[in-house]
Amino acid sequence: MSKVKVPRKSTVVDMTAMTDVAFLLLTFFMLATKFKPDEPVTVTTPSSISEIKLPETDILLLTIDKDSRVFFAMDGEANRLELLDKMATKYQLTFNDKQKKEFSLLSSFGVPVKNLGQYLDLDSEGRKKFAQTGIPSDSTNNELADWVLQARFTNKALRVAVKGDQNAGFPVVKQVIATLQDKKVDRFNFITSLEKAEN
Amino acid sequence: MSDIESGGGGGAHKGKKKGKKMSTRVDFTPMVDLGFLLITFFMLTTSMNKPQTMEINMPVKDKNLTEDQQTKVKASQTLTVLLTKENKVVYYFVDEKTGEPGLTTVTDYGKDGIRKVLLQENKIRNASVDSIGIYKGQLQTNKITEEDFRAKVYAIKSFKDGLIVIIKADDNSRYGNLVDILDEMNICNIGRYAIVDITPIDLALLSKTTL
Repeated sequence: MSKVKVPRKSTVVDMTAMTDVAFLLLTFFMLATKFKPDEPVTVTTPSSISEIKLPETDILLLTIDKDSRVFFAMDGEANRLELLDKMATKYQLTFNDKQKKEFSLLSSFGVPVKNLGQYLDLDSEGRKKFAQTGIPSDSTNNELADWVLQARFTNKALRVAVKGDQNAGFPVVKQVIATLQDKKVDRFNFITSLEKAEN
Repeated sequence: MSDIESGGGGGAHKGKKKGKKMSTRVDFTPMVDLGFLLITFFMLTTSMNKPQTMEINMPVKDKNLTEDQQTKVKASQTLTVLLTKENKVVYYFVDEKTGEPGLTTVTDYGKDGIRKVLLQENKIRNASVDSIGIYKGQLQTNKITEEDFRAKVYAIKSFKDGLIVIIKADDNSRYGNLVDILDEMNICNIGRYAIVDITPIDLALLSKTTL
């Protein structure tokens, strides 16, 4: 038993600096990042050595998942409203105001036009459960061609990007490319992940 | 624990009856926890990198073009690549004398696969292809400008007798295969290539080849 008492030092640590660091990091993340758009499906894109970045605005995104379903996404709320109106007149459907508002906020969808109204009426939970069959692009019923054409009318500077899953079957990709060529879209982009070329 | 002391000194002035000095020490540790929680939320739900793209230019498919206006290529300059199931690639050269597809060879997408053949064939027909690598090095050390580099590369790639690759994919191939082969076009600096529909002759060839 030591008779000499070890002088006790105070265990108080000043946390002010730590909070400053934490909030600095938080500010960085809030300013430098963008929210990931929630998509109905997660797609693993193939890799390529291409380092060209996708532009942020005026993009028409066609997502093809591994079950060969095609999803459509266009940015610009006002453009989406206009697009819905045009498609409604083309297919002789009517959408009420609530559905139109939902559509303008929707990021990505993949349902045939006749099911679109029903899909828009669901809330986010219901939408996740809804089995989206993809936008038809076969020769008998090529709704994709109409969506692309009307989208290009609403926004002349639109660029088309295709985000396909690595294991998506080739026939649907061929169909999508043929549809795009048919609608005079000859320049488009494939979205890929970065890969280093082993030389 | 960080603390802000306020009012601890002021209490000394009060009457002696209120003897208890309550020091106001605020513990900031939960604030740090909150801060890091928010950081974690933003780290997980946002993304910093913009997705990469590959630019594709398809030829104009105008139905009104006559036979003369469509671009014709000399069959002997071409290498036909067929993409099929299980990530296999079958390629052949067109026989000069008969105009029929020659011997088919099966390979894959690795470094020793189609890339070796492409590099070899490209080099045989176009000797200046290696200088693209040299120019790229020069561009990175800023010895030549970007437009200069692009012009030089374009001149080399559009060499008249260079290799032309025809890409055909059958229904059993995957989208990833298409992107891989287009990637190889970029890696091997192939100037001219085209994606076309597969023909029945090619399909018959594929069924005869053992993969």
